[in-house]
Formats: sequence, C-alpha cells, structure tokens
Amino acid sequence: MEVSREIILGAIWETLYMVSIGLFFGATLGLILGITLVVTRKGHILENRWVFGIVNPIVNIFRSIPFIILLVAIIPFTRLIVGTAIGTTAAIVPLVLHIGPYISRLIENSLLEVDEGIIEAAKAMGATPWQIIRKFLIPEAFPSLILSVTTATIGLIGATAMAGAVGGGGLGDVAITYGYQRFDEMTILVTVILLVAFVQLIQTIGNRLERHFRHSS
Amino acid sequence: MIEFIGTSKQYRLDKKIIKALDHIDLKVNKGDIFGVIGFSGAGKSTLIRTVNLLETPTEGKVIVDGKDLTTLSRRQLREEKKNIGMIFQHFNLLSSKTVFDNVAMPLTLSGVNKREIEKRVNEVLKFVGLESKTNAYIDQLSGGQKQRVGIARALVTNPKILLCDEATSALDPQTTKSILELLKRVNIEYNITILIITHEMEVIREICNRVAVMENGQIIETGNVLEIFSAPKTKTTRDFVQSVVRDEIPQSIYEQLQVANPNERIFKLKFIGVDVGQPIVSEVAKKFSVDINVLFGNITELQKIPFGNLIIEIVGADTETEKVVQFIKNRNVQIEEVLANGSKPRNYSGSDLGNAIYG
Repeated sequence: MEVSREIILGAIWETLYMVSIGLFFGATLGLILGITLVVTRKGHILENRWVFGIVNPIVNIFRSIPFIILLVAIIPFTRLIVGTAIGTTAAIVPLVLHIGPYISRLIENSLLEVDEGIIEAAKAMGATPWQIIRKFLIPEAFPSLILSVTTATIGLIGATAMAGAVGGGGLGDVAITYGYQRFDEMTILVTVILLVAFVQLIQTIGNRLERHFRHSS
Repeated sequence: MIEFIGTSKQYRLDKKIIKALDHIDLKVNKGDIFGVIGFSGAGKSTLIRTVNLLETPTEGKVIVDGKDLTTLSRRQLREEKKNIGMIFQHFNLLSSKTVFDNVAMPLTLSGVNKREIEKRVNEVLKFVGLESKTNAYIDQLSGGQKQRVGIARALVTNPKILLCDEATSALDPQTTKSILELLKRVNIEYNITILIITHEMEVIREICNRVAVMENGQIIETGNVLEIFSAPKTKTTRDFVQSVVRDEIPQSIYEQLQVANPNERIFKLKFIGVDVGQPIVSEVAKKFSVDINVLFGNITELQKIPFGNLIIEIVGADTETEKVVQFIKNRNVQIEEVLANGSKPRNYSGSDLGNAIYG
C-alpha cells in the first residue's frame, strides 16, 4: 500500500467531519422541508396550495441533479456561504443541498404514516398547528424518523466520495485518487473496508435507537 | 346544550355534490345521553364532527352551550373545545407516550402547571379504573383499557359535553358493556351531556335516553328511546329495533302455521312498564270464547323499564276476536294485527301507548 497511515487517518477525519456537519444542516433543512411538504398538502392542517406548489418541485429538482454536477454548479453559491469553493468545508455546502431534499422526502413519508385519527384527536383538543406538529406528529413518527435519518446518513457517506472533485478529501477521495487512479488495490481494499464498517456501525446505531423509541409493535 | 339548526354539509366529489348533512334540526338537552344511529354513510360521523367543528357546516348553525362556534375567533374556539371532550372508535391515542402523558395531553397543551396536571390526571385515571396502568404504553393495553384512556383524556379538562364517535364499535360485547357502564357514570357523576353516534342499537338500548335515526344525511325519526323502541315509524328504525329486540316468529313456526291454518289471525302485543305484570292472555281466554296460541314472546329492559313483546294467534269468530282486541287495548297494551311473519302490519288497530312511556 503506497499511502501512509497519516493519509488514511486524515481521510477518516475528513469523512466524519463532512458527514456530521453535512448531516446536521441537511437534517435541519430536510426536517423543515419535510414538515412543510406534509402540513401544506391538500386537506392537512396548514393546507397552502402556493407553498406546496413551490416547495414540492424545488425538492424534486435538487433530487434529480446528479451530485457531481451540483457540486460544480453551485460553486459561486458555496463561495458566498463559506468564502471558498475548495476544501472539506466547501464540500459541505453542496452536500447539504444534496442530502437536505432527500431527507425531506424520507421525513415526509415518515410523517404521513402517522394515523390521521391522531391529528383529529389533536384538533378536537384544540391544539394549534404548531402543537400538532411538535406534540403529535413528530413524537408519533420519531422511530420512523430515526430510520429515515439513518438511511440518509449512509447516502451522505456515499456522496462524500465525490467531494474529492472540489478538494474535499475523505475516504472516498483516497480510494479514487490513490487507489483507482494509481492502480493500488490495497488502498482501495482498506478504504472500502473502512467505509463498510462505518456504514454497518451507523445502521446498527440507527436500528438500536429506533427500537429504543418505539413503544408500539 | 347542543342545537343543530338547519345544519347542512355538502362535499364536491368529481363534480358531484354529496349532501352529507341535509338540513338537520336537532336538539340535545343538558344531561341527555343522546344517541344518533344510522348505517354507515348516513352522515352521523359528519354530524358529530360539526359539534366541535372538525367539520364546518356549509349551511345552518350548530349552537353549543349557547354559542355558535363558527362565529368565534381561533383562540376562543380552542378555549371552547375544552368544554367538548371526544372519544373515537380507534381511540386515537399516542403510542409514543405513556397512559399518563396521553391523558395529560389536553392540559399540557394549555400550559397547566405540572403539579395540577398530576393531580387531575390521577383523579380521572382513578375514575376510569386505570390507576395501576399510569406508566404503561398504549400498546400494552387491551381495547377496553385503551378506550378508558380515551375517556380519561376527554374528561381531564372537565368538559360539559362528551362526543362519542362509534366509541364501542371496535370492542367485543363484554367490553362494550363495561365501557357503556362507564359512560353512564360519566353522565351521572360528572353531569356531562353525552352525544353518541353508533350503528349498534345495543348501545342505544343500554344507555341512551333519547335517540335520532339518520338516513341519507337526514334525521328520519327522533324521540325518547322507549317511543322509538315501542313504535318505530320507519322501515330503517324498525330494522334497527329488530336487531336487538326480536319480535318475529321464528321461520320454522311460521311454516308450520301456514300449513296448519293459512287463515289464522295473528296479533302482536307490546307491553311497557307495569303492563308486563298483567295476566292478559289467561284473562282473555277465560272471558271470551276464543283460543289463544302464544307464538312468540320476549322481554327486555329499556332504561329500567321492562318492555315486552308477545305474538299470539287468536282462533275464534271474527266478532269475538274484535272484542278481544278492544279488551286488550283498554288495558293500555299496544296491539296490532300482523301477517304471520310478525314484521309487517296488515292494518294498524291503532297504537295506544301506556302511560308508562310518558310518565
């Protein structure tokens, strides 16, 4: 293997950095968009044809742009936000814009699973729309939301592999530049094993958390 | 307490207008346990939802405790909803929360302080008999226990009205009985007016004092429960009554009769209250020269008042039979001549209700 232990460790750190920060902002964006998609749809608590009609296609557009294209296409925007268009931090901006809309769809699905009767009961109690979201929808969907975020996190790890295109670094980047492009099979193997372990770990944590919070069969 | 005045609700479905409610006029008095019965699609679900504005009427008004809720601001409406508890067929409880937190929810939403919540929640949980399940999650409970949680949650804000949307339809007969008993206690001990919608006549018989029958978005019959049970006016109502009070001759006996004597005259007698104790049949047999053949009889209880049904065959001269009918009528017993299957009146000999109904 031609790459040093330092490079691998650095890459692990970069991946963790991109995934955790990207997930934090991506999940926040996804939660806001996901809730909006649910509550503004027809017949729901804050039905609003205009808001839904705008948010829904925007989410679709971001979902359909291949990540590598998005990465390059929004360079001016990235520069505006973080001051630079290259490096690990710069890679986080497109990662958030890529994963946020994806998470919003997962969250939308989770929230739509909540029995309509729950919302009816909430309305009968005189809950405000905000209370319905916070005290009824989110707690009831919580186990399912955990699984959604777990799935999204794993998707995010995949996306970070492409962050190398803007000098983002990370394990995926090491696999491509040192392993793939220099025909170093050992590097490919090591990075892939690390990524697999990472994904396994996250899925396990997600499943455990889900079970912990689910009180229904 | 609840008054529907020309209440209508229309939906538009694929250019077709559906009248879920068609000019409903109905008054539920304070202290009533009022039942609305109808087949699914009759509009009863929509009706009960207009009371707390889960459905807004497209025409007419619903006055609840003297207020037209549609004229209130959102804030006033939320405040008013604390006076209207509601329980549901599928309970609609939060599976992510414990029994305590479910029951506490209406109070939490209005920002009541913790100590007060704890006191009140424990109070209502005790009332519904679930104090031992305080920290259980909903999925650990049986259907009956779930509905008890639902009732506790509805009572926690001290409402004046309780709306029951098919509250026992998902429960077995035994559990249904115990939930109905509990609702009766809610009515008496907390003096809460209850509006129940159901498709089970059983529920009406067990606890309601007044009833309305709905069909195609309209009220087709309304009155106190004894009236409706003893003298149903429409086919639908008769069907509902017959679902719990059998007053038909069993098919096999009917066939035997057809063979034995196709020209017999058969009468249906209804006894209400004290009349049940009258030895009418034996008196008639002694006094008149007719033979009486008892074909069918049963007795049921409506709001503590016994209510009996008897189907008899009178064999004798027509003039003598008429005398018998008059004699029975004079004893304040309802009598009508029926075809032999007991369900279709041949011609009404009048329906005189005993004083027991009105008294």
